[in-house]
Amino acid sequence: MAAGVATWLPFARAAAVGWLPLAKKTMPKPPVDNSSRSDEILYLNVSGVRFQTWKNTLDRYPDTLLGSSEKEFFFNEDTEEYFFDRDHEMFRHILNFYRTGKLHYPRHECIQAFDEELAFYGIVPEIIGDCCMEEYRDRKKENQERLAEDTEANESMDAPLPPDSTPRERLWRAFENPHTSTMALVFYYVTGFFIAVSVIANVVETVPCRPPEGRVKDLPCGEKYQLAFFCMDTACVLIFTFEYLMRLFAAPSRCKFMRSVMSVIDVVAIMPYYIGLVMPENEDVSGAFVTLRVFRVFRIFKFSRHSQGLRILGYTLKSCASELGFLLFSLTMAIIIFATVMFYAEKGTKGSTFTSIPASFWYTIVTMTTLGYGDMVPNTIAGKIFGSICSLSGVLVIALPVPVIVSNFSRIYHQNQRADKRRAQQKVRLARIRMAKKGTTNAFLQYKEDRGLRGRDSDSTALCVKNRSAFEHQHHHLLHCLEKTTNHEFTDEMTYSELCMTESVGFRTSRSTSLSSQQGAQNNPTGCCPRRARRRAAMRLANSTASVSRGSVQELDTLHIKTTSIPPQTRSSLNAQADNLKLNCGEQDFTAAIISIPTPPANTPDESLPPSPAPIPGILRNTRATAFTHETVKISSL
Amino acid sequence: MGLVMGTFSLQSKQVSYHKDKADDDLEMTMVCHRPEGLDQLEAQTNFSKRELQVLYRGFKNECPSGVVNEDTFKQIYSQFFPHGDASTYAHYLFNAFDTGHTGSIKFEDFVTALSILLRGSVTEKLQWTFNLYDINRDGYINKEEMTDIVRAIYDMMGKYTYPALKNDAPKQHVDAFFQKMDKNRDGVVTLDEFILSCQEDENIMRSLQLFENVI
Repeated sequence: MAAGVATWLPFARAAAVGWLPLAKKTMPKPPVDNSSRSDEILYLNVSGVRFQTWKNTLDRYPDTLLGSSEKEFFFNEDTEEYFFDRDHEMFRHILNFYRTGKLHYPRHECIQAFDEELAFYGIVPEIIGDCCMEEYRDRKKENQERLAEDTEANESMDAPLPPDSTPRERLWRAFENPHTSTMALVFYYVTGFFIAVSVIANVVETVPCRPPEGRVKDLPCGEKYQLAFFCMDTACVLIFTFEYLMRLFAAPSRCKFMRSVMSVIDVVAIMPYYIGLVMPENEDVSGAFVTLRVFRVFRIFKFSRHSQGLRILGYTLKSCASELGFLLFSLTMAIIIFATVMFYAEKGTKGSTFTSIPASFWYTIVTMTTLGYGDMVPNTIAGKIFGSICSLSGVLVIALPVPVIVSNFSRIYHQNQRADKRRAQQKVRLARIRMAKKGTTNAFLQYKEDRGLRGRDSDSTALCVKNRSAFEHQHHHLLHCLEKTTNHEFTDEMTYSELCMTESVGFRTSRSTSLSSQQGAQNNPTGCCPRRARRRAAMRLANSTASVSRGSVQELDTLHIKTTSIPPQTRSSLNAQADNLKLNCGEQDFTAAIISIPTPPANTPDESLPPSPAPIPGILRNTRATAFTHETVKISSL
Repeated sequence: MGLVMGTFSLQSKQVSYHKDKADDDLEMTMVCHRPEGLDQLEAQTNFSKRELQVLYRGFKNECPSGVVNEDTFKQIYSQFFPHGDASTYAHYLFNAFDTGHTGSIKFEDFVTALSILLRGSVTEKLQWTFNLYDINRDGYINKEEMTDIVRAIYDMMGKYTYPALKNDAPKQHVDAFFQKMDKNRDGVVTLDEFILSCQEDENIMRSLQLFENVI
């Protein structure tokens, strides 16, 4: 029941006295009300701004935070007020809801921030008043769409293939996202080229060429160079058939693929050629065959795989289907009306071109779209009057639904532009975040260094130690405990990747830098990796902090690898080299893990190697990346 | 074309005259009523100042204009009885509250009635109830009035009751009532008969005490 009704309840109960003389039975006892009846003013301190309200006001909605006993958790006995560490501007709206019974949505606020406040105070967004509900819903939908676009883009576009994908999956991915591999890109451009060639050939073969000797009439080029055009057509159709069959083979769901629009277009584009091959050179049938050749023009629609703008146009038309339908319907109505009128108006005149109502349809269409070919012209005065009314109304009827379609197209187009821009910006943003984080990653290594130094020189360490906050101290201590637990140490990504490559491959020196040379040469090549395999299990336990750091390391790791552009196949060859060697450092299965812990560990500067019992200091044990592939931590600060 | 536009604009000017009249009407209904002072109300009713303050706050929140008209009243009352149709009974109740027959309940009416119902003496309460039943305010309750009231109460119950409502249930109820109240069997119940009969009935007396603590 609404708050207002609650106010009137005492009055309704009092009015029940009027039933008493009529009552056949005694009245039941009223419920005992133990709460203090006297009203008091409550003080609410929301990040410094003090609000005051009656207790009754808050009690109106007992299933919210402020109306229930939950607010006692926020009661500050010293100041005798309820303290909330939240936004005071939005609290204003929340409190107004209690006072007036209507929740309004402030338009200048971010929709997610508002949602979070509502969730905190236990208020369901559905009770937003009608005045603000539409705005709220629109913005919420827009926001959700935008977020969905982002996550979808992240998942689909750049997510690398899982390592054990079948050739079929790889083929499908190559077709869907051509820029993932060079072969796919090449094939993409080749098909595009052949589509263009085919369409141009279709067009050119109808152009009149100079007749060969012995003929007077101009021939279309198609007949003059019949063989050349036939060869070109065959080549194009072969390529298209091959592409279609490959797609059919690679498609995860063949039935669904066959029903999709693009595949239908593909089939329609190549069928005429095969039908032409099969059909004999018969005069009667070749008429029908000629009609089939018209379908070759559908090859131009194959370009929509290559052009995003075409896809947007198609999508727009689909989404404006209702407006288009309305346009068509109203036009049809108007055409029929005007055609009838014109026919009867012009019926009397001799030699009139308005021979029937369907014949007048042509006049009406030409007039309403303001084309005015002039092949049919009214002669009577009535005909002229109605003709002018027809052209005026044509402008109106066509102008009405067009802005809707245009605005739809512009909205979708801009959405797409925004999505592309956002993706590009996000890459830059991620890179910048990583740069910022890198500066803080040395903190842990500094700590270790200082620890190492402590034994020798206590004075200098005291200075260094002072510069770190209590939080950092505790965090580093925790990481140190982890190191001791697992008997491994943290290191930086470059060191690790160097070691990975040098020790497993052995002679691959192209990427080695200073550190790896001194380490790799001395190390037992099989020594690190079996240990790594054994420690995988131990590592999995230490997932929370370490995995996050590893996520970042992996990210940087992969970034590093990517810049040297190793094709994926060599990774698998790396894997194949040693027996137990499940080498996963360099797998492209990093995640977009942005760390919220301010000081991720894991960097050894090359110059300081802490003395450690492990024969291979500073190798970051890398478990199978799939253990934490799905750790996406949201950005909390930049 | 310009002439056409000119005549159209002339037309729109005329429309504005009608609009002004509508604005006047609107102004009349936006009248705000303020109650007499707090001290006076305290003297007139049996409520303390604090209680009056709480009551007025709730009242003003719901009716910022200070008056409740019959439709609003019916709406509010119907919300407490969603099963049936409370509009008829609400109409009678409205008339009982609106002692001045002004067509709207002001805060003073509201508080006066509540004072009687919750803090008044037995006689006052019974008198108020008699006023409620006496629809035409002639001092007598006859069978028709009583039947109307009882039917309105039964309407609030709605259709789905146990045991199922029979058509003559209101009539039977009224007959039983008159049996008890009409002492001299003249077909009408006067105020004295009513008060006397109610005071004789233990049930009624006991029930009257129950509603003391509503506020």
